[in-house]
Amino acid sequence: MSALGKSYKRIEGMSKVTGQTEYVMNMEMPGMLHVKLLRSTIPHGLIKHIDVSAAEQIPGVIRVVTGEDLKSMDINPYYGPAFRDQPVLAIDKVRYVGDPVAAVIAEDSKIAEDAVNYIDVEYKELEPVFDVLEAAQPGAPVIHEVIRPAGSFADLKNLLPKENSNICIHYKLRHGDMKKGFEQADHIFEDTFTTPAAVHLPMEQHVAIAYAEPDGRMNIWTANQSPSFVRSEVAHVLKMPESRLRVRVPYLGGGFGTKLYVKIEALVAVLALIVKKPVKLALTMDEVFITLTKHGTVFKMKTGITNDGRIIARHCEVYWDGGAYADIGPRITQKSGFTAAGPYDIPNVHIDSYNVYTNKAPAGAFRGFGVPQLVWAYESQMDIIAEKMGWDPLNFRRKQVLTEGKIHATGQKIVSVGLDKIIEELNTSIGWEEFFKQKQSNGIVKHGSKIRAKGVAIGLKAVLTPSISGAIVTLFADGSASVYCSTVDMGQGSDTIMGQIAAEVLGLPREKVHVVHPDTDVTPYDTITAASRSTFYMGNAIYKAAEEVKNKIFESAAEFFDVKPEHLALQDEKVIVVEKPELSMTLGEVVKEIFHMPAGSIIGQNVYESHYQSPDPETGQSEDIAIFWFPGGTAVEIEVDTETGKIDVLQLISVGDVGKAINPFNVHQQLYGASIMQLGQALFEECIFDYGQMINANMADYKVPTFKDLPAKTETIIVEVPHPEGPFGAKGVGETASFAVQPAIANALYQATGVRVKDMPLTPERVLQALKQTTNRSESTIRDFKEKAKG
Amino acid sequence: MKKQVNFTLNGKKVTALVSSSDTLLEVLRNQFHLYGARESCALGLCGVCTLIVSGNPVSGCLYLAPMVDGEEVLTVEGLESEGELHPVQQAFYEKNAFQCGYCTSGMILMAKKLLDENPNPSEEEIKDYMAGNICRCASYKQIIEAINEASKILDTGTNGVKAAYQ
Repeated sequence: MSALGKSYKRIEGMSKVTGQTEYVMNMEMPGMLHVKLLRSTIPHGLIKHIDVSAAEQIPGVIRVVTGEDLKSMDINPYYGPAFRDQPVLAIDKVRYVGDPVAAVIAEDSKIAEDAVNYIDVEYKELEPVFDVLEAAQPGAPVIHEVIRPAGSFADLKNLLPKENSNICIHYKLRHGDMKKGFEQADHIFEDTFTTPAAVHLPMEQHVAIAYAEPDGRMNIWTANQSPSFVRSEVAHVLKMPESRLRVRVPYLGGGFGTKLYVKIEALVAVLALIVKKPVKLALTMDEVFITLTKHGTVFKMKTGITNDGRIIARHCEVYWDGGAYADIGPRITQKSGFTAAGPYDIPNVHIDSYNVYTNKAPAGAFRGFGVPQLVWAYESQMDIIAEKMGWDPLNFRRKQVLTEGKIHATGQKIVSVGLDKIIEELNTSIGWEEFFKQKQSNGIVKHGSKIRAKGVAIGLKAVLTPSISGAIVTLFADGSASVYCSTVDMGQGSDTIMGQIAAEVLGLPREKVHVVHPDTDVTPYDTITAASRSTFYMGNAIYKAAEEVKNKIFESAAEFFDVKPEHLALQDEKVIVVEKPELSMTLGEVVKEIFHMPAGSIIGQNVYESHYQSPDPETGQSEDIAIFWFPGGTAVEIEVDTETGKIDVLQLISVGDVGKAINPFNVHQQLYGASIMQLGQALFEECIFDYGQMINANMADYKVPTFKDLPAKTETIIVEVPHPEGPFGAKGVGETASFAVQPAIANALYQATGVRVKDMPLTPERVLQALKQTTNRSESTIRDFKEKAKG
Repeated sequence: MKKQVNFTLNGKKVTALVSSSDTLLEVLRNQFHLYGARESCALGLCGVCTLIVSGNPVSGCLYLAPMVDGEEVLTVEGLESEGELHPVQQAFYEKNAFQCGYCTSGMILMAKKLLDENPNPSEEEIKDYMAGNICRCASYKQIIEAINEASKILDTGTNGVKAAYQ
């Protein structure tokens, strides 16, 4: 065992420190044209007329394309992973401020940018709807008159939209008997929690280049996390066989979910067909803001508990603000929706999860895929309950946390979920027990206007299921190897990990294994690079493909040595006979033995597919809804200034159960990175809308965490509860530390001040306002409650 | 109207024809095909396009190209000497102080400038100096470690070591 569990340096490290890494943003082609977009200035309306003549007369402008041009082409002009509701360019109607209306193709991007200003659009404004709850009401302005199910993914094909409604998905889960559950409860808690839209902001913007060969075969280079989906979806748009479309992805300058599915790829492909030249569209950062957001949510949670500290019933109503296009919202509504009741053993659970269209920028996947919004609610409420009942919030969690073999609200039996271990790690690392005892006996110590306190929270996510990853492993005649897979290295280090897995199976040093970047002509289908799924799914495919290569080597060597294959082993790039290690041959010699010449390749392949049982559409029940579950937890110590409302996070501790850390350094880096990203979401990141327009859509007005925002102390802790089906026991890690940061901070704020904020983010303004409003009232509420409880 | 500018780019004298609205970043990418510096926020706030002009760090996305006449420009591509990484690059490599790598060139140039001014910065000094460089992957912890490591390398005079896997 050579390559496993080692913190290898990034294989692309040299290119990254010398500025040489290949990104689509750097790519150029001879004769390449540049595209700039005109975007809608109104939130909801009909396009009455577009005049492009002035723009087209500007020297250097090749063509201006609008929805009218799309109508005359033999294409399917709508795309989307769940519903094909998003037009390549607005057709007849616009649905948000920023909806692409026209594309200017010019010799350089400055000419294109200038020409955009000369396009004249006349709209007939329609009544817009911005609030997710209002949009869900009957009688609200309807944003999509027709909704076309896409049918691209097995888990989404059963979800059917409601006609004449902005609710494009209503996911239901019914577990146990809700009525009986609440009847048995001694106390009932009802709270509403909200989270705002936020943005991913990878440092590299969305960018794509398309080029049609003379016979029409389409080539796309794109900064995208899902090359296989881009191929199939753009093939659908162009009415072209998938084999006529080639999608290539080099390194990505970050993704975090915003570069999933089709974003600008269908548009550049259509434009390339029109002008018959290579075209490049690179969005500016301001456009990245309005291309995709994280779902804002409203979560109404009602929980029944018994006096002995058990949650007996939980009713969850979650509204996901999907914006103008559904994108992958329906999957979030379902797959994260079914985890809304929290990682607890609750006999009676009722979940209604709604994905709702509004006239705002579309929302989609964002690191954590909806789970952080849910954890915000359920972990905040855990502490509300514990505080009011006088219980230790950590003990309250211990009492019902899902452990091995327990049944989740979906009906699935829980396997390999180290939540109990995570709770203990949180307890010891932050010193929870001492803190809580101290607080119980002496209260909270104030230092002038500053108060310090601690908080904890945990979360659980189900990995995307079903899904598919294909891989090919080729051993070359000199004993080196290549891995062909469509996993996108967007910064998480997948090239390093995937190479490590193949190297481990083949007994090769890591540097002898090359990982071929996604190229749909070459690398097999992979669902997506997201959802913390790649190490598990693609890792398994590569593991099995490499095993196939190994078996072929052993078969030939066994014949040569006249032993059985099981008597062989791979060691130091040689096949050896285990009992007689002096009998050995190099991998090159094995190839020579097979092909009778020092050339040829030994190929192994595997398509790893999950098992899955589709949930019952009425009850959401399934015994096999996710191939693995992965938990994470956060503990914080904060200092809040009661004069300014500012929260400083002094300690941020992230604990994740990753099954097996194949590359421990990368795992720590993922946990740390996700926790800092989430820190920004917790304390200040928020998209602000004015009549549907995102008014802080730039990095001056929307701030993300910098060096100055880092907690004084950070720690990442790996828990390893191996998964029986994971490669070497591994699960995923990319999102794990994103789950619980927000409620951990809010819970610490509660410990510090007795103030409960139920709306994210915890900005100084919001905290200060809450402090002013509830200083006395919250105490009286608790007293009343206790008196009632006694009575 | 284009203007000719003469400047030193990574130690070599160069000439470019630029218009008044061109940024130095655009000129470096489009005319000199140096892609290490990248545009991200386009507001001079994220540090991804950081360049060193005559010893001072600037935002390449805001620095107008006509102003570069007579100046000395250093980009990440100019840091290596005789095929060896600059100690800051070496430390970033050794400490894996990046994820997606998009911000890395700017981070490295800013870190170099920090160490030029302050060879042994404290953690707080690093955080203050680097505050204008954003890493959305949040490799901040490793970047601080790398700057400390580079400080040590520079201190002991250890020269760049060739790439080697562990």
